Amino acid sequence: MSDVELTIDGLSVRVPEGSTILDACRKLEIATPTLCYADTLKPVNVCRVCVVEVEGSRALVPSCSRKVEPGMAVHTSSPRVRTSRRMVLELLGSSVDLSRADDALRYLEEYGARPGRFGADAATVAKPVKVDNELYVRDYSRCILCYKCVEACGEEYQNTFAIAVAGRGFGAHISTELDVELPESACVYCGNCVAVCPTGALIGKAEFDLREAGTWDESRQEQANTVCPYCGVGCNLTLHVQDGDIVKVTSPDDHDVTRGNLCVKGRFGYQFVQNRSE
Amino acid sequence: MDLRLLAAAPSDAEREAIDAVAGAPESNGYRVARSDRDRRHLLLPALRAAQRRVGWVSEGALGYACRRLDVPPADAYGVASFYALLALEERPADVLHVCTDLACRLAGAEVPDGAHESPCLGLCERAPASLRTIAGKEPRELQLPETGPPLPQAGVDGLRLLRRIAAGLDPESLDSYRAHGGYAALARALELGREGVIGEVDASHLLGRGGAAFPTGVKWRAVAGQAAFPHYLVCNADESEPGTFKDRTLMESDPFALVEAMTIAAFATGCEHGFVYVRAEYPLAHARLENAFARARAAGLLGDDVMGAGFAFDVELRIGAGAYVCGEETALFQSIEGYRGEPRNKPPFPVEVGLFGKPTVVNNVETLFNVPEILTGDGSAGTRLFCVSGHVGRPGLYELPLGTPLRELLELAEARPPKAVLLGGAAGSFLRPDQLDLELSFEAARAAGVSLGSGVVLVFDESADLVDAVLRIAEFFRDESCGQCVPCRVGTVRQEEALKRLAAGRGNGDELEVLADLEQVMRDASICGLGQTAASAVKSAIDNLGVLT
Repeated sequence: MSDVELTIDGLSVRVPEGSTILDACRKLEIATPTLCYADTLKPVNVCRVCVVEVEGSRALVPSCSRKVEPGMAVHTSSPRVRTSRRMVLELLGSSVDLSRADDALRYLEEYGARPGRFGADAATVAKPVKVDNELYVRDYSRCILCYKCVEACGEEYQNTFAIAVAGRGFGAHISTELDVELPESACVYCGNCVAVCPTGALIGKAEFDLREAGTWDESRQEQANTVCPYCGVGCNLTLHVQDGDIVKVTSPDDHDVTRGNLCVKGRFGYQFVQNRSE
Repeated sequence: MDLRLLAAAPSDAEREAIDAVAGAPESNGYRVARSDRDRRHLLLPALRAAQRRVGWVSEGALGYACRRLDVPPADAYGVASFYALLALEERPADVLHVCTDLACRLAGAEVPDGAHESPCLGLCERAPASLRTIAGKEPRELQLPETGPPLPQAGVDGLRLLRRIAAGLDPESLDSYRAHGGYAALARALELGREGVIGEVDASHLLGRGGAAFPTGVKWRAVAGQAAFPHYLVCNADESEPGTFKDRTLMESDPFALVEAMTIAAFATGCEHGFVYVRAEYPLAHARLENAFARARAAGLLGDDVMGAGFAFDVELRIGAGAYVCGEETALFQSIEGYRGEPRNKPPFPVEVGLFGKPTVVNNVETLFNVPEILTGDGSAGTRLFCVSGHVGRPGLYELPLGTPLRELLELAEARPPKAVLLGGAAGSFLRPDQLDLELSFEAARAAGVSLGSGVVLVFDESADLVDAVLRIAEFFRDESCGQCVPCRVGTVRQEEALKRLAAGRGNGDELEVLADLEQVMRDASICGLGQTAASAVKSAIDNLGVLT
């Protein structure tokens, strides 16, 4: 495949045909905020925080999904771009609890976003935390509707299709069929939705309980890489260990086979490791 | 697909209604038949059928549709909950939807107890209007009042698109259509050949009449040249822009012309299959089109060998379920395919990757109506339809040469002296009384920084409450945002909040700056045209009329 040459912020760059503007930005080490984008999923380009200005294009374009074209002239920090990015962050910051969304918090600061400017009565997506099973918790007050969990549950990874976006407009939300609780739904508890959630809306029950108790402390946690003990596939596991207990299990995103995914056993079946005799 | 299905069973009536769409089930118990794969595009028709039978979409009906069409229940719930006219809670079989949108508000719309409020029903010339839906064995939908004022230009010379309607054509009779010159254009198209037809459409400089004004000939040539097959033809008849009723009038009163125009378009661009996507609020148009399809088929004007000329084309009606955004072409594809009406990012454009991922021509009803006139008339596309409503003595559909001053149209319609005119609908802009000399052409509108949009001309006289109109427009976009992208999903809510604060005199001094920022992010960063224009009329009311400032 041939290379495509374009300019970004006046700098010339060559990237392989089929690359996105985001890929080209990264090659030039131009920091570009992303929220709904993940290296392991097809871009859905819904958050619009990665928008850039392309000369000749009426509206801004999402850099995460827009493919480069020869001679394209891209601007990533024009006033239009900065305003749109700031506004996207203000809109999210004013409607969603971003207190555990580290990336979003960083961008809010970087772009000087003031979510408070919409007033104290600004509508939010706040709703009660859903604790309806022993493995993971859904706190949709923290959901920015990035669609990653839906993609991971559906055809991108798991093909379980237990969740989808339901409702419309500001009322759009992630839902099981008829909003039934997880144990009544098609969920198989692989937790691949938890793995891709960028805002802490989906977290393991163990983490949730520690956070509720005020004892979750990432600075005290160690990570250990190992291989899943269950079947012969041999998925890589990263054990997150706090005070000698496994508190979370993830899988490396950059592994060619699993790409961050696991099944219910790998992700949640670790209690036997720490069943100590009294 | 290995689906976990809902436990509730459908009633016999629901099963029958869904089977009528999905076909008789194969006797393989609870497993999904192989032949049911890839039939997801029947999801919306199946849910609609169940609701028309029993009045709502029950858990049993939703589950049965999933089983028959191999759709995961969570996914189907996401679809069903997207469309405003599908009810997921039980409700009476007989429901009244009362329009509370711009024209009907001016006409004093009132919502009786138990009735539902509705966005614009496209009946603005007979405002206040409503839609009554009656579920049952023989479901019915009624547009109320059932008839409107007669065509204002009846008997006027020089009409092109409204010519047959003005002359009193029988919309249910193919013979009547032929007696008014019908099917002469298709005959000419067959003589001209594909390239010849595209050449004439190109030469006419026909621009799309749905709102975006894209050159039709360019679109057709792009699809005709695509190597991927099949090519699809889609007629966008999801006319939902508040104040717009032109496509409804054309489909109700001259449906064969749409069939002929689509056949010509299909011939020119190599499409064997066409869809007309009509909003659910237009039941008479549905009936008239189905009748026209059947009669054209029986006369060999649709089917495997159209007019004996050796090319195949057939067309099917698809009906929406209450979603303005589905008038956006890619949201419309999603809807036909059985998904939520969430617009796709462009590029790729529909001419390359459209319906079912194939090259697709999408044309608005009025755009298509121009095609036979171009082939048999003087070759130009020099007129345009305008939907006039509000404070006028003779509301209705007008056809005028492009370039006619707005003032002349207002005089024809016996408009009361306006305080403001909304041009182009909720996605358009407000004009001041001193701007009425605007020429109604694409070029003049662009130069004035406005858009003719879908041809809406809504008149507000001195008595009108413009703050109320602006708040209604903000509410409309908040309700109709699909919710996919952040700028529109949250921006439309923030826009309405800021306007309401100003209207209530509770502003904190920041509102105009907030509104300007919202306008910018929605216009610049939304995925589709809905979000990109969601602040357009509001901005013009503030900047141009000084409303709420």
